[in-house]
Amino acid sequence: MNHPGMANELEWFFAQLLLTLPFVGAFVLYVVAVLLSYRTRKPWPLYRTLIWIAGCFAAYLAVAGPIAEKAHTDFAFHMVGHLLLGMLAPLLMALAAPVTLLVRTLPVPMAKGVSQLLRSKIPQVTADPIVASLLNIGALWLLYTTSLFAFMHAHPFLYFLIHIHVFLAGYMFTISMIYIDPVSHRKPFLYRAIVLVIALAGHGILSKWIYANPPVGVAPEQAQTGAMLMYYGGDAIDLLLLFIFCFQWYKATRRSARASLLLQENSRANI
Amino acid sequence: MPKQMKQELRHLYLKRNLWSGVLVGVGIAAFLDEVLFHQLLQWHHFYDKSTRTIGIISDGIFHAFGWFASVSGMFLLADLKSRRGWWGKRWLGGILLGSGAFQLYDGTIQHKWMRIHQIRYVENVYIYDIVWNAIAILLVICGAVLVYRTGQRRQP
Repeated sequence: MNHPGMANELEWFFAQLLLTLPFVGAFVLYVVAVLLSYRTRKPWPLYRTLIWIAGCFAAYLAVAGPIAEKAHTDFAFHMVGHLLLGMLAPLLMALAAPVTLLVRTLPVPMAKGVSQLLRSKIPQVTADPIVASLLNIGALWLLYTTSLFAFMHAHPFLYFLIHIHVFLAGYMFTISMIYIDPVSHRKPFLYRAIVLVIALAGHGILSKWIYANPPVGVAPEQAQTGAMLMYYGGDAIDLLLLFIFCFQWYKATRRSARASLLLQENSRANI
Repeated sequence: MPKQMKQELRHLYLKRNLWSGVLVGVGIAAFLDEVLFHQLLQWHHFYDKSTRTIGIISDGIFHAFGWFASVSGMFLLADLKSRRGWWGKRWLGGILLGSGAFQLYDGTIQHKWMRIHQIRYVENVYIYDIVWNAIAILLVICGAVLVYRTGQRRQP
């Protein structure tokens, strides 16, 4: 899994650079949008800005720097990278509501274009919980149970594509389950809950599978450490996701709770 | 709040009280099993004798469901509280029913039918099995009695 040779070194350097750029760009654009938002006297919540920065940083840690370097040779570090890039960064960045910020920062005609784009067919299909789960968890199964994992470490371009996919699929999955930004076709809570449980189970099962069946080219001890990281680390981030999911349900049901309580009291008073 | 109104509100949310209890019950049982027997005592692990893929799959789904159940059950409780419709007795019945049913499933299907793992690797493991399943049945019976009794509509 080492990558010797000068030409090869250069390719790896570009793969890393290509992977870093989107997140640096996302960081800069968001901050610029927030500043613009302030100038037009529409302040943007500070906590959203902070979690966006934290999300970009988590993704950055996974694609460049010491963790990314060690991920080439050590499966446990690869798994830390996976948790950061595929789970934590998407969750944090989704919570920062980038689309809402974008739409209100852009001039009206452009903002309309963006929201039209979001209402088109492709984002609607990929944001369906089942499709998003398949893209996310299904792709992970493909990566770790076939020789794709070994291939990825031999070809810089494949490495780049897979890492971008891991992030985008993780983001899609997150926004298909919890609604922070505007969503055109909302799915009921129960539907999302069932798919969420099955998807989380798929992640847990895969981590146990890796524990017992190391991916091609990975030493058993490394696979075990990595699998345990994936299992327990996944649980920790899943807990955050579940908490936000249930909290949104709780908030949504608040209105009906208050209404029904009022109704009860009124009917009592009228008798 | 007048007593009669309290009764009415409770009866309005009979189902929600039961579900909240069952979800929290499954969460508690799954949590206690993992912490006590897997991690602290290390009597058994999920992987022990499994060569069957179905074993891992059932564990995965159950773990994910237990994780979801713990969180969502507590949110349901918060919701009932705000609706002033929480009924402690029925909720407790749900907890006993949920945790007992989980333990019974674990003790019969996972331990004996699929043989994913045993409670402990000793001779005469059947003593453990009897204790395990007897406790489960006891929990289920107590839970069922509470749920049945709180489900009866009392005539005013």
